[in-house]
Amino acid sequence: MELVLAIGIGVLAGSGVWLLLRPRSFQVIIGLSLLSYAVNLFIFAMGRLGTGLPPVVDPAAPIDPTAFTDPLPQALVLTAIVIGFGMTALFLVVLIVSRGLTGTDHVDGREPEQ
Amino acid sequence: MDKYFALVLIVALPFAASLMLAVFTRISRDMSAWITMGVALVGLVMALFLYPQITEGQVLARKFEWIPSIGLDVIVRMDGFTWLFTVLVTGIGALVALYARYYMSPEDPVRRFFSFLLAFMGAMLGTILSGNVIQLVIFWEITGLFSFLLIGYWYHNAAARDGARMALTITAAGGLALMAGMLLLGHVAGSYELDKIVEAGTAIRDNGLYHVALVLILLGALTKSAQFPFQFWLPNAMAAPTPVSAYLHSATMVKLGVFLLVLLWPVMSGTDIWFWVVGSAGLITFVIGAYSAIFQQDLKGLLAYSTISHLGLITLLLGIGSPLAAVAAVFHIVNHATFKASLFMAAGIIDHETGTRDLRRLSGLFKYMPITATAAMVASAAMAGVPLLNGFLSKEMFFAETVETHTGSLLDQSLPYFATLGGLFSVVYSIRFIHGVFFGPAPVDLPHQPHEPPRWMRVPIELLVLMCLIVGIIPGLTIGPFLHTAVLAVLGEQTPYYSLSVWHGFTLPLLMSIIALVGGIVVYFAIRRLAMTMDGPPVVRHLKGQRIFERIMVAISWRLANRLEGVLGTRRLQPQISLLILTVLAAGFAVTTRFDLQGFALPSIEFDLPFTIIWIVGAGCAVGAAHQAKYHRFVALVLMSGAGLVTVMTFAWFSAPDLAITQLLVEIVTTVLILLGLRWMPLRVPDIYKDFHWPVEVKIRRSRDFLIAVVSGISIAVIAFFILTRDVADTVGTAFLELAYPEGGGTNVVNVILVDFRGFDTFGEIVVLAIVALSVFALLRRFRPAPESMERPEQQRRIIERYGRSHDLDGDATGGRYTATAGLIMHWMFPVIIVLAAYLFFRGHDLPGGGFAAGIAMSIAFLVQYMAGGTRWVEERLRVLPVRWISFGLLIAMLTGMAAWTFDYPFLTSYFQYTEIPYIGKVPTASALFFDLGVFVLVVGATVLMLVAIAHQSIRRPKVRRSDAEDEENGVQAGEEDA
Repeated sequence: MELVLAIGIGVLAGSGVWLLLRPRSFQVIIGLSLLSYAVNLFIFAMGRLGTGLPPVVDPAAPIDPTAFTDPLPQALVLTAIVIGFGMTALFLVVLIVSRGLTGTDHVDGREPEQ
Repeated sequence: MDKYFALVLIVALPFAASLMLAVFTRISRDMSAWITMGVALVGLVMALFLYPQITEGQVLARKFEWIPSIGLDVIVRMDGFTWLFTVLVTGIGALVALYARYYMSPEDPVRRFFSFLLAFMGAMLGTILSGNVIQLVIFWEITGLFSFLLIGYWYHNAAARDGARMALTITAAGGLALMAGMLLLGHVAGSYELDKIVEAGTAIRDNGLYHVALVLILLGALTKSAQFPFQFWLPNAMAAPTPVSAYLHSATMVKLGVFLLVLLWPVMSGTDIWFWVVGSAGLITFVIGAYSAIFQQDLKGLLAYSTISHLGLITLLLGIGSPLAAVAAVFHIVNHATFKASLFMAAGIIDHETGTRDLRRLSGLFKYMPITATAAMVASAAMAGVPLLNGFLSKEMFFAETVETHTGSLLDQSLPYFATLGGLFSVVYSIRFIHGVFFGPAPVDLPHQPHEPPRWMRVPIELLVLMCLIVGIIPGLTIGPFLHTAVLAVLGEQTPYYSLSVWHGFTLPLLMSIIALVGGIVVYFAIRRLAMTMDGPPVVRHLKGQRIFERIMVAISWRLANRLEGVLGTRRLQPQISLLILTVLAAGFAVTTRFDLQGFALPSIEFDLPFTIIWIVGAGCAVGAAHQAKYHRFVALVLMSGAGLVTVMTFAWFSAPDLAITQLLVEIVTTVLILLGLRWMPLRVPDIYKDFHWPVEVKIRRSRDFLIAVVSGISIAVIAFFILTRDVADTVGTAFLELAYPEGGGTNVVNVILVDFRGFDTFGEIVVLAIVALSVFALLRRFRPAPESMERPEQQRRIIERYGRSHDLDGDATGGRYTATAGLIMHWMFPVIIVLAAYLFFRGHDLPGGGFAAGIAMSIAFLVQYMAGGTRWVEERLRVLPVRWISFGLLIAMLTGMAAWTFDYPFLTSYFQYTEIPYIGKVPTASALFFDLGVFVLVVGATVLMLVAIAHQSIRRPKVRRSDAEDEENGVQAGEEDA
């Protein structure tokens, strides 16, 4: 499973990077989203994988750290998801406004000279 | 009053008053002058009151913790020497304030002037009273900043702007060097405390870093005191209002350099390098400054060069390195401040009352302003070193020191001759100042009819001149004890015997004085005409320090910058991003190749079929999205969401229910958001290059990008795999797991971390979210989409064709004609989704859920209504007011955090207990729940605000290219529409 997830993260990141390098701003938005999936999964995976071990403790029983996944990367990623959403929204609006102002959706705000 | 409190107050009061003047616009012109003067006088009185505490080498110091972990404390410290400086700064400060009250014109923004002046005074006092060298440098730089603002006070004047910029560039650069020097000094001494550094004097001089530290510190001191080769900024700073010149550029700020040299004299002096560097800089400045002063045509220019020269004299005295010379230096600092401040004020009066400062136009003013003329003559005589005035005493001591042989070097042997020559020059320019301005034929063609200034404008000069006289005649009774206290503080046991008497008998120094005086008079009358016609001093004007400075500035800030921009800069985003990614890749390789891979065996790979299938789909979606994003945006969006769903499943699979819930909800909102935006993007048709006949450069570009992408993907995959297959050490996560319930009162550890353990991070994060939402709102308020995308979408057009204009989706209430069934269901979902949000919120602390997830779920409830009914339909029935949600959310979160203060706990400390609620039983109530409520409310507001802002674009009127006037009208309408 580790191998599958690692390859999956790699594919997400590679697709994201490819799109980041494209000239049209919509491509960059999609690329950023794909890259955020990859990065979020990567950070999350730093806490190692485990099935059926959600970090919800039982107050009555003594705590066995091996019985839960690491909650810290999860908390970090939760924050990252929400911030990523804000970033996508802002970028989308900048795209729309820039397109309205410059008449092009090229990331440089003007069409390249052919 | 507590003496330490008084010490702090001396520094703090000017800053407080400065802030007050800056903030309260109702304070009148007179009032600001009186406040400034009052503050200076209060400082003076407090200093006088503290005098008994610092006599006989006592030191008054108080430490306040600043950054104890690296041994930095804020220390206010006063000894005999800094006391003397404090009295100078506050005393002359009060006089300058009084003078400026009459000098500044009613058209000038006077409140600002006094505000700057006060802040400068505070910075000066802060520098002087610092007991920690880092703190000293900080205040030192603040004096430079306010000096910049004061020189550039008349910023409509180009000379003022240039002079201010030059002064700041040079003194601030020196200040940076000083900072480095002080850090070295503190490193060698093992402490940044001034007293400890002074104690470690010998050790510092023996240390190998001594030379480096000395050069750096001297760079700071010599630039600030306008010593050769940095002297040229001071004449350019004369574009400042005259009170500023009188205060900063004669009495106080330029004295900081020599102040520092005196302060560090016990530590740094006595070595060869000190003697050569400080001594020769001082000597050159002394002679060249005096020589240049003779040939100035501007009254203030003459005084500026004279100041440079006198500062050179003080520097030279300190460079000589003998204790007696140090006494003379301290004495001359005080004397120079008194006579030079009064001379600047006199120059200001002449300028004020005649309208010019040009020595070629001024003459014969004595009969128009006899009192000012008399005062100026006395001050000039003190400057020239005429007996029975204070300048004479310190100059005599200076001559005596130059005669003493110290090292026997060539420089040492020639000192008396250069000293006499410099003395002679200063007599010449002093006579030129007096004779040229006040005597000779009556002036012709002056801009104003000259007359005496207002009574109170003269008072500061008269007081200062009176001091020159008293100190000059009975030095032992007036300055004597204070000078002794100051000298004792600097020299300690080394304090030599010295005599302040006016008459020492016929000695060599007296002979030198007589030669200088007589010679000066002769030379003046010999070159008088020449000096009037000269354009700058002969020979020396070819020393173009200023020209070199300007060349360097142009080379650095223009040519070099342009060239670097040409080489490194690009306005294109793509090369920047490639560079960024390549840098990260290179850094990653540099780090990972250092891993020790020995003993690392590939683990056996567990194979899980369902999970693999999920990720085959996910990878396919990602690649598909990458492929389709250019021409088929909708397809790309759907595929991207597919990859997002796979991510959600992965989170759920590997025990992260919170992440899965949040990611799923965010996924929905993001998709809708981008869907709303799709309409405003331009049509893109495949393909401009038919049948894959791409030009070569396109092929190269795409293959290069493809390579970068593949390498990035593989690198991340490899790193992820390596880390995943290794055991994890004990992490902080264990502590969180153990403490979540006993200290946070919740069983969902992720949520407890967010709202409790790391609550401050979360607080910052929701602030970011609020800012993003408001930025989106602000950006879209005035925006009109491009005209070609204003055409109605095809679906809407079809509805209008079939049912007529009254069924226009945008304009009409009935809306969703073609989504009637779905629309009805969506309306009904409103309460259901709200219940879901509430459920997620309340269980958040103990089970997966929480404020973020609940907030986004809630916003989806609103979103669905917009989708089903159209913008107008919703807004007629529901007032959402998202901005208010945002502010309340922020307020709730902040107040919850602040509530901890009332129990003397830090911000956001949480509290929890079990509350007994009838029929329900024990319920855990934590203050973190309220914080989470704030998060929830804010997230709802922010998300809805963004969605609504984008949705509103559809009901805007299309922007057709019209005249500008109509465009503006449109803008106004848009504003109203939003309001």
